[in-house]
Amino acid sequence: MASSSPWLPSAALTDAGRPVFLPGEVERHLVPSVDLEAEENPSLLHPPLRARLLALTSHRLIWIHEPSSSARALPLYSIVHAFPPKKSLRSIFAASSPRIRLQISLSDASAAPRGGAAARSEVITVVMRGKADPDVFYGRLVEVLRSKAWEAALANEDAASGPGTGTTGLGFGGSERGGGIRMPVVGVSGILRKEQEMWESTDKSLNDAFQDLNALMSKAKEMVQLAEKMRLKLLSNSTAQANSNDEEMGSKQDMQDWLLSVGIVSPVTKESAGALYHQQLSRQLADFVKLPLERAGGMMSLVEVYCLFNRARGTELISPEDLLQACAIWEKFDVPVMLRKFDSGVKVIQNKSHSDDEVFARLKSLAQKPDALRKGISPSDAAFTLGIAPALAKEHLLTAESKGLLCRDVSPDGFRFYINLFNEIDSDNIYMLKSHGLFHTWASATAVSG
Amino acid sequence: MQKLGDFKLPYFFNYPPYFTLQPVRETREKQIQLWKELILDYCRSQKIFTIALEEDFPLFSNPVIERSLTHEAKEVFLNALVNEGRAEWMDKHHKKCLILWLRIQDWADYIINFVRENGFEDSVMTVEDLRSGIETRGTDLAGIDRGVLVRALKLLEQKGKVAIFKGTSADDEGVKFSV
Repeated sequence: MASSSPWLPSAALTDAGRPVFLPGEVERHLVPSVDLEAEENPSLLHPPLRARLLALTSHRLIWIHEPSSSARALPLYSIVHAFPPKKSLRSIFAASSPRIRLQISLSDASAAPRGGAAARSEVITVVMRGKADPDVFYGRLVEVLRSKAWEAALANEDAASGPGTGTTGLGFGGSERGGGIRMPVVGVSGILRKEQEMWESTDKSLNDAFQDLNALMSKAKEMVQLAEKMRLKLLSNSTAQANSNDEEMGSKQDMQDWLLSVGIVSPVTKESAGALYHQQLSRQLADFVKLPLERAGGMMSLVEVYCLFNRARGTELISPEDLLQACAIWEKFDVPVMLRKFDSGVKVIQNKSHSDDEVFARLKSLAQKPDALRKGISPSDAAFTLGIAPALAKEHLLTAESKGLLCRDVSPDGFRFYINLFNEIDSDNIYMLKSHGLFHTWASATAVSG
Repeated sequence: MQKLGDFKLPYFFNYPPYFTLQPVRETREKQIQLWKELILDYCRSQKIFTIALEEDFPLFSNPVIERSLTHEAKEVFLNALVNEGRAEWMDKHHKKCLILWLRIQDWADYIINFVRENGFEDSVMTVEDLRSGIETRGTDLAGIDRGVLVRALKLLEQKGKVAIFKGTSADDEGVKFSV
C-alpha cells in the first residue's frame, strides 16, 4: 500500500499507538474519525483512508489506524495550499461531513523535500466524519503551515550531513536520531566544553524566558530540545569513547540520567487533543513508563509515576485524576503495562509480563533464612531485599500471605511475617516433630537461639 | 521441649504467628485446629473444666516469646470448640467457657465403667462422693465439675441405669446404680 502512494508513506508508531515524533516535532491537534480521499484523481490513493485518527504535528499530518496500529503520514512541506472548509448551505445540516481540501505538490523523482523540477500538483480531501470543529482544525493547520517548523530541522540536517544525503523511510527529513550530532567532538571534555559554550549562549535566552509566561513556555520547549540534544550527543559518544576513564564515564552516566527524565518533547495536552485527551495521554504514558518500570523491577506506585511523568512533561502538568484516568483506559488498548489494585486499595503500575511468582520465590527464600525463621521479616526487610519501596513490599508480603506462603505475627514489636508452618504440622499428632522439612528447619533454627 | 507445669507443650508453641489470629482462611482453619487440640489436651491433663476469658490462663500466653492471645482470638478458638460440642459458653457474654474434654455421653460411659470395675452395681453413693470420695480417687471423676457430673447422671437416669433421689442433707443427692 505504501509503495502505491509514495507521497503518503507509512509512519512509525510506538507500542502504545502514539506516533513516533521526529526531532523537534510537536503535536498540535488531534481529530478522530477522519477520512482521506483523492476525489479528483482516485488512482492517487487507493483505497481511500477511512475512519482514522488524524494527528496534526508541526511537521506532518498523520492518519493513525488504531485497530491495526499502523499509520500513514503526509509531510507538511508538500502542502502547497489548504482550502478553508466550504460554508455551503448543505454543510449547515448534519447530513454532510466537513471537507478540507489540500493542494499538494508531488515530485516524481522521489519524496525529496527540496523539490525536484518535475513537481506536479494534486488535490486531496480531508473528510471529518466526527463532531470535531473543522474551523479549529483548519486554523491550527494554517498556523502550523505558516510557522514552517520543518525548515529548522532541514537546516539542521543540511549542516550535519551535508548535501547529497538521500532522505529515507519517514519520507521527510529522514533525520535519524543522530541527525544533528555527527560533528567532530574530541573526548568527553570536548563535549563538556561545548555544552559550556552552549549554556553560556543559552543563559541569555533563559533571562529572556522570564519576561512573561508565554515566553517561558516557548523557551521551555527549547530547553527540552537542548536536553534531548545533549542526551543524544552523550549517547553517540559513549560508543566512540569506550576507553575514556572511569570518572568521565561516571559523570557522563549521571548527566544521561538527568537528561533522560526531561524527555517528553511533545506532551499530550487538553489543547492539542481535546476530547481525545485522556485516550492519547494514556498512550503517551504507556510509552513513557516502560523505562522507569524496567528500572524499578516491573512495578511502581502511582505516586512515583506521577512525579516522574510530570517532571518529564515540564510545564504541561497533569492532575492526579488525569493520571488515574489515563491508567484506567489502558485496559482498552493493547499496551504492555497495566494498573493493578492491591486488596488494601494501593494502586500500582506494573508490566503485564510482571509475575508475582518471582517475587514470591524471593520472599520465600528470604523468610527461610535462619534469622528470619527466628524473628520473621518486616516490610522494610523485604523492601531492602526486593529493592522496592516499603509500602510496596508490604503489599507483596500481604499477597504472599493470602497465598498461604507466609503468615503474620502482630505483637508490641510490630507487624512481622513468618514462613507459614501451619500446614507442616500434623494436627493428629501435634507433639510430633518430623525429622526433616520446613518445620524441622524452623525448630532447629529457633532451638539454637535458645 | 517446653513445659507448662507437668504438661509438655508442642514445638509450635514458640512459633509467634501461632498467637496471632491469622486472617487468611485456610491458614486460620489450620491454626484453629491446632488450638482446639492443644486446649483439650491441656484441660484433660490438668483436669480443667472452665476457662474464664478475662482471667489469666497459662496456655494463652507464652512468656518465652512474649506473645499472648487477644480476647478476640481466645473467643474464636473456644467458639470453634463450642461448635464441635466440645465446649459450652456458660453465660451470654462469653466470659466463661465449660470445656468438655469428655463429652457428656462419654462421661456417662465412664461412670458406668467405673461402677462395673469397682463392683458398685446396686449400691448407693452421693454425688459428692463421686466427685471427691475415696472411691473415685485416681480416676478422672475426681474433681469433676459438678454440673457436668449431674448432667451425665441425668443422661443415665433417662436410660434407666441410675436413680437419683434427694439425700439426707439438703444440698446433696443420692445415686443408686442399677446397671
